Amino acid sequence: MPAFRVNKVTPHIALLPMALTVLVAYIGAALWTFKTSFTASRTFASDNFIGAAQYVRLFDNERWLLSLHNLAVYGVCFIIACMVLGFLLAAFIDQNVSGEGFLRTVFLYPYAMSFIATGLVWQWMLAPGAGIEGAVQSLGFTSFRFDWIIDQELVIYTIVIAAVWQASGLVMAMMLAGLRGVDPEIYKAARLDGIPAWRVYLQIVLPMLGPTVATVFLLLCTAVVKLYDAVVAMTGGGPGTASEVPAKFIMDHLFLRSNIGLASAGAVTLLIPVLALLAPYAYARSRRKRA
Amino acid sequence: MSDTALQAAPMTFDTAPAARRKRRLSPARIGVYAFLFSAALYFLLPLYVMIITSFKSMDEIRSGNVFALPLFATVEPWQNAWRQVSGGFWNSVAITVPSTIIPILLGAINGYALSFWKPRGANLLFGVLLAGAFIPVQVMIYPLVWMMARAGVFGSLPAIVLVHVIFGMPIMTLLFRNYYASVPHELFQAARIDGGGFWRIFGQVMLPMSLPIIVVAAIMQVTGVWNDYILGLVFAGRDNAPMTVQLNNVINTTTGTRLYNVNMAATILTAAVPLAIYFFSGRWFVRGIAAGAVKG
Repeated sequence: MPAFRVNKVTPHIALLPMALTVLVAYIGAALWTFKTSFTASRTFASDNFIGAAQYVRLFDNERWLLSLHNLAVYGVCFIIACMVLGFLLAAFIDQNVSGEGFLRTVFLYPYAMSFIATGLVWQWMLAPGAGIEGAVQSLGFTSFRFDWIIDQELVIYTIVIAAVWQASGLVMAMMLAGLRGVDPEIYKAARLDGIPAWRVYLQIVLPMLGPTVATVFLLLCTAVVKLYDAVVAMTGGGPGTASEVPAKFIMDHLFLRSNIGLASAGAVTLLIPVLALLAPYAYARSRRKRA
Repeated sequence: MSDTALQAAPMTFDTAPAARRKRRLSPARIGVYAFLFSAALYFLLPLYVMIITSFKSMDEIRSGNVFALPLFATVEPWQNAWRQVSGGFWNSVAITVPSTIIPILLGAINGYALSFWKPRGANLLFGVLLAGAFIPVQVMIYPLVWMMARAGVFGSLPAIVLVHVIFGMPIMTLLFRNYYASVPHELFQAARIDGGGFWRIFGQVMLPMSLPIIVVAAIMQVTGVWNDYILGLVFAGRDNAPMTVQLNNVINTTTGTRLYNVNMAATILTAAVPLAIYFFSGRWFVRGIAAGAVKG
């Protein structure tokens, strides 16, 4: 219809800010970082190309390898703990308990706060002497030790504890929404068949929540890669470099150690797992469209 | 309908709970309550410690138990804390207001154009934009610094607002696109036949019926911007540093005795705005959080 053809330009003009954001701030900036990762840039970006030398240097760098290791340990623990705790909270709340609204509020409020703020509280509660350790000792258990936050081997688990505290409420909220979408007839039928409740949840309901679980998993994975605030607030990467993570490594080399080339190589490396995660989603999406 | 993995799950809890059993206090139910009760303790403990510590004097903190209630409550730590972070508070307000209004407006325009006008290539652009929400900011941060330094705005209020516009755009666009996807297309067709143009239909038909999603978007954006640390640290500059950056400076870079009571009061002050939004907005917050979880 010709009437519908008028001002075809306006929608394009209206989407100009989005186009600029995508082309300049996302694609342009990512390509720029990719290019810089092959240069010898120090304080300022330079065009002195040195091939893959920055990547070689990066994977020779103890601190980077340690931060990758920390991220792996953190990622596995954080995702498993969040999923399990989030699902348990949702399943238990779903048992028609009283005070449901209150419990939901309590489990989700940490997510509303900045990790810079909450990380400081955890830092203090975990500090040896003052926090939990001191409190238990003053109860008479004088040999009680809880000094993970200053222990090189265990410090990363303190960040897991705080991060699970912050994020599992979100998992709970999304899982609970999924549970409420499950047909109540299923519970009735299972009860008639005499199947215990825990098996109903584990073997019937959980598989039905597949899409929710997948979404939650994707969200948690991206949160893992972005881990930065919690480390800055709780340990500053310490003791020493024991709780260093890639995002912090990159920030430090960009702004404190003026090694932009190395930082860019790190950023590109960090991009790979994200793209590897997104690819199956993009694939599933395009397939569904064609179907 | 949206077909992205990011789509907000329908966040309604008010449908009938799955298990409508008779309530009796069987061992299983005691177990349920015991689990939920201990979980609630774990979740509330940090907030409790924050609040009680902020009312204690340093002497009491040194001598007493971290979980004990204050014997002599004092508001002096609060006054001290406010002196240290009040500048950051107003900076955060100055950053958050434009960083909420502009992304919402742009998100609404994007969502409207994507849902009803479908210009050529727009969906591909949107796909890339969404993927951008998952990419760590470290990948984009230095080029953005360089561009802004070139444009002469680096380390200023416009710089930090622009960065929040850029990184808020995926979620804001997604929210409005999904919302408009549920609006009957006949409504749009009717407005077109009545001779409405792009902006007229947006301003007079779509925007007035977008209030619910605007509320959700505002809650998410205010919370996200207020809680941001890394972008404020890099782009805002010393004079505009948001509250989170100042809080971290106050606490993690001070040498000498740590004033835990002042620190905790400052922490509560920093968390107060998003916490208040959370406690007052309830389910709106949950709706937004489900779609906005991509951030952070």
